[in-house]
Amino acid sequence: MKLGKVVGTVVSTICSPAFSGRRLLLCDLVGPVGDALGGYLIAVDTVGAGAGETVLILDEGNSARQVLAYPEAPVRAVVVGIVDSVELAETP
Amino acid sequence: MRLARVIGTVVATQKAPGLEGVKLLILQPLDRRRRPSGRPVVAADAVAMAGPGETVYFVASREAALACPEPFVPVDHAVVGIVDAVEELGEADR
Repeated sequence: MKLGKVVGTVVSTICSPAFSGRRLLLCDLVGPVGDALGGYLIAVDTVGAGAGETVLILDEGNSARQVLAYPEAPVRAVVVGIVDSVELAETP
Repeated sequence: MRLARVIGTVVATQKAPGLEGVKLLILQPLDRRRRPSGRPVVAADAVAMAGPGETVYFVASREAALACPEPFVPVDHAVVGIVDAVEELGEADR
């Protein structure tokens, strides 16, 4: 799974069925200490994450389809958690 | 899943079975601030509504095949939605 920071939402009325009615979160990928890694993902929200929050992003199709309980969903990135804190024994 | 801008369409009469009837678009992938980033790709239009100039979001690999209506369509990228707006966090809220 990846760590991300929610930096916005994508509004879309014309989309594949699996996305309708779901919030699409624009997430910067970040490292354990919150440093931007340069990449980003649009992830389907499943935990009600808000803008500015650090989140846990699952980026694998089969698991995403299970989380969404939608066997045919063309979805890979799903927000599955809101991070409260990250404790590091050593900086990566 | 990432953002892209539709910059064109591809017509190919001679193509693999399973690709018939699949509308092919040329996408310029975008970074999070909607600036071009990376090489253009040809993607199936799974929502069949995206036209040149529009900002869309697309999926790759197995999810692209799943996005297309047919049981199995041999594509590696597919547009799964058209972007109406991207509401970004204000600089102050970061």
